[in-house]
Amino acid sequence: MDGDVDDHLRSIEGDIRKAMGMKERTKLLLIAGVFLAAYYIPWDHALIRQSGFEAFMMLQEYAREHVLTCLIPAFFIAGAIAVFVSQGAILKYFGAQASKILSYSVASVSGSILAVCSCTVLPLFAGIYTRGAGIGPATAFLYSGPAINILAITLTAKVLGWQMGLARAIGAVVFAVITGLLMALIFRKDDAARTTGQIYVPDADHGKRTLLQDGLYLLVMVLILIFASFARPAAGASGFWPMIFAYKWYITAAFLAVLAFMVKAWFRKDERVAWVESTWGFMKQIFPLLIAGVLVAGFLLGRPGHPALVPEHYVQSLLGGNSLWANLFASVAGALMYFATLTEIPILQGLLGSGMGKGPALALLLAGPALSLPNMLVIGSVMGVKKTATFCGIIIIMSTIAGLLYGSFAG
Amino acid sequence: MEIKVLGPGCQRCHKTEEIVREAVAEAGVDAQIEKISDAMKIAGYGGFGTPAVVIDGEVKSVGKIPRKEEVTGWIKS
Repeated sequence: MDGDVDDHLRSIEGDIRKAMGMKERTKLLLIAGVFLAAYYIPWDHALIRQSGFEAFMMLQEYAREHVLTCLIPAFFIAGAIAVFVSQGAILKYFGAQASKILSYSVASVSGSILAVCSCTVLPLFAGIYTRGAGIGPATAFLYSGPAINILAITLTAKVLGWQMGLARAIGAVVFAVITGLLMALIFRKDDAARTTGQIYVPDADHGKRTLLQDGLYLLVMVLILIFASFARPAAGASGFWPMIFAYKWYITAAFLAVLAFMVKAWFRKDERVAWVESTWGFMKQIFPLLIAGVLVAGFLLGRPGHPALVPEHYVQSLLGGNSLWANLFASVAGALMYFATLTEIPILQGLLGSGMGKGPALALLLAGPALSLPNMLVIGSVMGVKKTATFCGIIIIMSTIAGLLYGSFAG
Repeated sequence: MEIKVLGPGCQRCHKTEEIVREAVAEAGVDAQIEKISDAMKIAGYGGFGTPAVVIDGEVKSVGKIPRKEEVTGWIKS
């Protein structure tokens, strides 16, 4: 029995190696592509110049509107979550003996807590699948991991409007549960034959803070984020919101002072260092990709109301309105395409500005970050082609339906 | 003795490997240190959460960067 498992693991390992080997070839293709583009693109053509201008205008819009007030606080929150939230307390709900209801509920929201970094999702997924709670919670976790992270939801709400941010957050949680349940139902026989073994979860190292203190600390950071990025109310509005807007920097400063006090009084020095280190880690990892994503989105699609390389009528005919076809196309395209963390947002902003419907936009947001072609290859090497295909199919179908629903409400 | 550091390429995992190497060098024990970043292999050790440290097949820490004194304690006992 043990030998079988070892053989199985070894063959899977070989598959992963093959998938990694393809990376080198991808790099070569990428370099060749860049060279050919540099060689052949007519850079002095008016349309290309206009597109290049749009790319940098969009980058400036992000730098001016979104970086200081939204991204930086969100990075600090993500860093704090990664360091201070006890993984052990969460991961014990993924053990083989854990209650199923708890497994699914924890899996569906754990993305926001456990893994902002996609590199931790895969080992955990493999662990939950082979040794822990089984295929249902494992796939729920696999979907929710990249889909519900605090950075993505915040920036979606900031750039594309709070309605889209909320729809994305709710959609992602609901999808995680349904996907997990469907996978467990479809493959219940395989799941019964799974081996379970000893598992080790991280020990809860909570320091001397209480849960209340941890909660308050995160709450204060979320409040800083909300007030710092508080949107200007519509002109002529009166009452509560304009008043908050007028005082937002005083309120933000007050919360910053509270935060400074908490950090000083409640945390050890090494904890503070760990917090800053992990925040810096996220920034290093994500900013370069986001800059590239914004430039590409601006170059191809332009800011809303400004045409760029891709003619607007193409976008309108493929992704405009709220037809079944437009939603399905958005889901499939999103599922195949690889979006580096957060880059889906500028790309969608460009597409929406060029005439994409709101329904298809949500469909792409729900199918996009969780799935991509390279990702499918790696998932396939862990749980096999049939299960991977089912997993992707479920997500594409549900994203299409969610897009249709949202599109009919939001217009 | 065989020491394995489990974890994909995140910063926390590199830091763990660094600490383990330092501890081994300071303690002056004879140990082979291997970094394992393959998802299925990590799952094979039953470690939920990375980085993890496995010494002679025994899982010593999971999901955190261990302190150097802790590592020294494990390799000396």
